[in-house]
Amino acid sequence: MKRLWAKPEVPLAILLFIAFVGGWEGAVRLFAIPAIVVPAPSAVAQAMWTGLASGEFVTHFWVTFAEVMLGFVFGAGSGFVIGVLVGLFPLLERTVYPYIVAFQTLPKVAIAPIIVIWFGYGMSSKVIITATIAFFPVLANSIVGLRAVPRDQVELMVAFTATRWQIFRMARLPQALPYVFVGLDVAIVLSVIGAIVGEFVGSQAGLGYLILQRNFNLDMAGVFAILIILSLMGIGLHLAVMAIQRRVVFWMDSGHDRVIGA
Amino acid sequence: MPQPLISTRALNKIYRTQTGEDVVALRDVSLDIAPGAFVTVVGPSGCGKSTLLKILAGILARSSGEVSLAGRPIDGPSRNVGVVFQAPVLLPWRNVLQNVLLPIDIQRLKRADHEGRARALLKLVGLAGFENKYPSELSGGMQQRVGITRALVHDPDLLLMDEPFGALDAMTRESMNLELLRIWEESRKTVMLVTHSIPEAVFLADKVVVMSPRPGRISEIIDVDLPRPRDLGMMVTPRFGAHVAAIRAHFQSLGALDA
Ligand SMILES: Nc1ncnc2c1ncn2[C@@H]1O[C@H](COP(=O)(O)OP(=O)(O)OP(=O)(O)O)[C@@H](O)[C@H]1O
Ligand SMILES: [Mg+2]
Repeated sequence: MKRLWAKPEVPLAILLFIAFVGGWEGAVRLFAIPAIVVPAPSAVAQAMWTGLASGEFVTHFWVTFAEVMLGFVFGAGSGFVIGVLVGLFPLLERTVYPYIVAFQTLPKVAIAPIIVIWFGYGMSSKVIITATIAFFPVLANSIVGLRAVPRDQVELMVAFTATRWQIFRMARLPQALPYVFVGLDVAIVLSVIGAIVGEFVGSQAGLGYLILQRNFNLDMAGVFAILIILSLMGIGLHLAVMAIQRRVVFWMDSGHDRVIGA
Repeated sequence: MPQPLISTRALNKIYRTQTGEDVVALRDVSLDIAPGAFVTVVGPSGCGKSTLLKILAGILARSSGEVSLAGRPIDGPSRNVGVVFQAPVLLPWRNVLQNVLLPIDIQRLKRADHEGRARALLKLVGLAGFENKYPSELSGGMQQRVGITRALVHDPDLLLMDEPFGALDAMTRESMNLELLRIWEESRKTVMLVTHSIPEAVFLADKVVVMSPRPGRISEIIDVDLPRPRDLGMMVTPRFGAHVAAIRAHFQSLGALDA
């Protein structure tokens, strides 16, 4: 019992889930809601099983997953590198940053069709759309993080004769990491959205492509099953980023010694 | 008198604030510190103590006047100086030993050659066994002791300390005072220490530099003729009391009672 009360959110969340699914199933049956409007959870489970057993979901899952990962790596990677360059050379920030912000204000969904025309219906256009979306959160957070180093710390390093590069490597970069991870976490979730948007605009494979197909066939239960897979992918990737963060930014308070009343 | 290790002549520092006003932080400061001396600086808050220390550490530019270290003008930080700020300023991703070895890393020396000394110093300040702990696992006083060890690890000739014991409780503070005196007596370093506490200033020093506020200037330099080595018992002697009373009276006459 003690263990249970230490983490009351776990049983509560499970109860909430059961109540929600049960209520949903009951409502669909009670009001005889047609399956093409809202499918019952049992129908969604059935569609999930068929999709998985036939291997169709699995194949398309890997296509979307690869697009997400590649787009994330390129987008987040270039966001970090440019963020570091901007953080190192203030002149660069003043000359380049306005253009980056201008680019960011462009809705990526709006340029997705152009990218599909330029790069085709295959994976590369999805990777590029995903990368443009994953880029900015990592860039912005890297820049903020590199500025977050306390003045005291810099003065102390200077007093011990540190060079600019040493201050960057030994103080500013590690100080920026928690911020970079905030950016990475936002970027990974946006990357899933980016890949799906790309697939909606034009594609021959992937979970987004499957959703369109099922939608066209009025297979609502199938669409819901794919949505569940997508959100599981998003949750899994988010948890992976969190796990890496805990290892890399190990010195940050993980909150297990809670302040009483906090 | 031998050549002073630190010498300032007609030193002035004027800060330009964001509103465009000028704040005179130091005015006409002339001071000589002999090699091996223990000098403390007392003065009310805002009188320019930290400013003076930062100029001597080579991390803040003076506005006019001359400052020299071992006969050479100070135009930047020196490897031969160890600094301690009021806050410990440890790097949270380095453990205690790695934090202490920071000056070694910065000077691109071999860690292995200095690890023994770092461990010995940590033992001296009562932190043996904490080498692998991270700053977040230490109390404020322990963190400050790590900061002091870091300032000593590269064996500098000059130690500049800005209220290093301000965050410590009275008991730890007294034992740190004794520890610092022992390190100083063994190594014959030159120490300049800023403090808010008049008794602490008298207890530690050969010379107490008394500063007056706005604009910060040296109003008096008091020679402390208490015998060495010193022990806490001296703090109740009449001679000690007389020095403390003289400095207090001095501040009172300035209308700035501080401690
Ligand atoms: N960066 C700065 N810009 C403008 N004014 C400053 C700056 N730093 C310090 N000052 C001003 O210079 C004066 C001296 O500051 P300093 O920090 O040297 O005082 P202090 O004697 O160390 O005070 P305390 O005992 O409170 O630490 C103060 O009036 C302060 O407001
Ligand atoms: Mg100060």
